[in-house]
Amino acid sequence: MKALALVTTLVTGAILLYGTMDFPAWGDPQAPASAHLSPHYIEQAIAETQVPNIVTAILGDYRGYDTMFETVVIYCAGLAVISILRRSRS
Amino acid sequence: MKLLQERIKHSKFGESIIIETTIRIMVPFIQLFGLYVIVHGHYSPGGGFQGGVILGASFILIGLGYDFKTSLTRMKEKTNIILGNLGALIFTGVALLCALMGGLFLDYSVLDKLIPLGAIEWRSFGIFLVEVGVGLAVMSIMVSLFWDICSGGDLDEGL
Repeated sequence: MKALALVTTLVTGAILLYGTMDFPAWGDPQAPASAHLSPHYIEQAIAETQVPNIVTAILGDYRGYDTMFETVVIYCAGLAVISILRRSRS
Repeated sequence: MKLLQERIKHSKFGESIIIETTIRIMVPFIQLFGLYVIVHGHYSPGGGFQGGVILGASFILIGLGYDFKTSLTRMKEKTNIILGNLGALIFTGVALLCALMGGLFLDYSVLDKLIPLGAIEWRSFGIFLVEVGVGLAVMSIMVSLFWDICSGGDLDEGL
């Protein structure tokens, strides 16, 4: 059974590594990620949000939905730990 | 000095004057730095998550350097949980307010109808409000994770 798990892991890892070969090169300016939205953010972030730090502008404004649920995930994790561990003596 | 010696004699865990004094001097600066990181996130690396962790770490430092009870006297458990809820509520509340004011969810520029500052200024200020909420929530969760795990859940005595 252990050997089966090892083989499954190795095959999955090999497939994933094979998949990364199709990725664009590191820092490629023609890659879809840097050609699609990044120029808009870099050029328009200050004009649209008046925030000099583009990372904050993207996190807080353009991708605010993502940040909101990050906060909710942390909040839920904390609530889960409190509700599992906390017990009162009295 | 005499007062310090007496306090050390009577306290249960106070074995090192150096550590306690260092922490007592450092904690206000750590908290100030945490607030700076939250507030200055618009201009430098930082923001709610990082600043909240720094703020939480200051309370964890009190708990590690002194004893568990001392960190509870600096921040009550109830206050801590209220702050955490308030933080999550600020974020979702601002987002919902944007939707109620007639814009998209999380589109801060419609809050201009509520307080006229200018639509673009509101996008900047909305990010600030949201970061404060994130900072409060992260700080509270960090501190309560430390308290609950190190005391086994009864907040009676810990490390």
